[in-house]
Amino acid sequence: MGILVIAEHDNATLKGATLNTVAAAQAIGGDIDLLVAGENCAAAAEEAAKVSGVSRVLVADNAAYAHQLAENMALLVTDLGAGYSHILASATTTGKNFLPRVAAKLDVVQISEIVSVESADTFKRPIYAGNAIATVQSSDSIKVITVRATAFDPVATDGSASVEAVAAAHDAGISAFVKEELAVSDRPELTAAKVIISGGRGMGNGENFGLLEKVADKLGAAVGASRAAVDAGFVPNDMQVGQTGKIVAPELYIAVGISGAIQHLAGMKDSKFIVAINKDEEAPIFQVADYGLVADLFDAVPELESKL
Amino acid sequence: MKVLVAVKRVIDYNVKARVKSDQTGVDLANVKMAMNPFCEIAVEEAVRLKEKGAADEIIVVSIGPKAAQEQIRTALALGADRGIQIETDVELESLTVAKLLAKVVEEEQPGLVILGKQSIDSDNNQTGQMLGALTDMPQGTFASEVNVADGKVAVTREVDGGLQTVSLNLPAIVTTDLRLNEPRYASLPNIMKAKRKPLDSKTPADYGVDTSPRLTVLKVESPAERQAGIIVGSVDELVEKLKNEAKVI
Repeated sequence: MGILVIAEHDNATLKGATLNTVAAAQAIGGDIDLLVAGENCAAAAEEAAKVSGVSRVLVADNAAYAHQLAENMALLVTDLGAGYSHILASATTTGKNFLPRVAAKLDVVQISEIVSVESADTFKRPIYAGNAIATVQSSDSIKVITVRATAFDPVATDGSASVEAVAAAHDAGISAFVKEELAVSDRPELTAAKVIISGGRGMGNGENFGLLEKVADKLGAAVGASRAAVDAGFVPNDMQVGQTGKIVAPELYIAVGISGAIQHLAGMKDSKFIVAINKDEEAPIFQVADYGLVADLFDAVPELESKL
Repeated sequence: MKVLVAVKRVIDYNVKARVKSDQTGVDLANVKMAMNPFCEIAVEEAVRLKEKGAADEIIVVSIGPKAAQEQIRTALALGADRGIQIETDVELESLTVAKLLAKVVEEEQPGLVILGKQSIDSDNNQTGQMLGALTDMPQGTFASEVNVADGKVAVTREVDGGLQTVSLNLPAIVTTDLRLNEPRYASLPNIMKAKRKPLDSKTPADYGVDTSPRLTVLKVESPAERQAGIIVGSVDELVEKLKNEAKVI
């Protein structure tokens, strides 16, 4: 019995989270097939064939999968997945959207956002916003799993898997894509960035995030925000780092004007190095920071930028 | 159109969860409980749909211990019309919850089912999607905007790179994200009125759903604590440490 991993991609390129999910599949052990479902997705499939540890790339190229609508994806993955021992997807908004539908169609439970593989049927996953880690064992014949990408090191891209077309065209005909408004940025994506600089309520307004952007440009960093900054309307929600936003684990995380609410810490406490800049020396963020600087951010951030 | 809203009783979001010393779970004895925040948003959205004339009846369902009637009464005070409790003291898996909700859907035939995208205890983010699969309804998950018109619902979804809008045939499932709305507070007269609204009490057996678990929780531990580091005196010292000690820039 093998493992089916569903690739995260935008038809043109393979998303990095796929490499972490394949790493989780390797930790389980077994033949790994990687499914690329999309429309005109040959370029993504070509990249998928280079992912280390993958035996076969299955390509379902059909208009029904163009935007990976959950209803159609679930029919396809249920159809293909019945013969596997494990079905894995990244715990992104795409994977979280269609995979529970697959699990229900197969009448098995889903194990969400695993952070470690203990054995082929036993996994660790965070609950209560990361305040507890549960070890769970599944008795289902097919294990359906989403993988928290930051918990697994990505596999290399020096493989050469065979590529096979999948003819199955499943269109449930009950949902349709209307439009997409994606943030356009030259900076790396939050979940893929090696360095992240985030602002909180202390930034005061959205324009002041420009200070962080200047530092980000010098460090090749992504810019994030706390939920407080999002709720205050400073910046859009897709910048949110935290339990209710994105879970990140970069090499360097710089928290500026962020107090360190539990919900924010749940999203970034696995970063390798954490820097906190805050004028309140009592702020809880200092309890998790490797380097803390008690200073007014409006002095410290421009100075930091000038010295990089 | 009938709207069905599912709500869950969970630990209050302001309370820090603590793991039991015997590692069997999280200690919920004498802990403040409340409606899951994403479920509050689901109730609010249903009430707004009714206020706009898009919905004519709101049914709220909760699956859990007897005390979950408090959360149903809260939803009734916020504007739901009647409640259904499916009482069980067993902690159910998302798949079982979805199967029970599918039975309620079969009975009630709602045009729209609204749920929170996840509960803040199990953090599964599964029930709405599973209900979609079991009832063959389309789903708009992580919704930040919901518009019902002409037998369809347009749902704007919070996705990783930004926003995506999908159009779903009714009946459909919506799961709520944080920015969908800001829930109102219940007024005292409405809290009093809610006490007289109908509340049906059921059990999983009434629906013929097998509640035995598929997952065994072997243990629940506290996460590794991160140690606090040092306080640096200046930006220069910070840059020096990042370059020479951490070697990350």
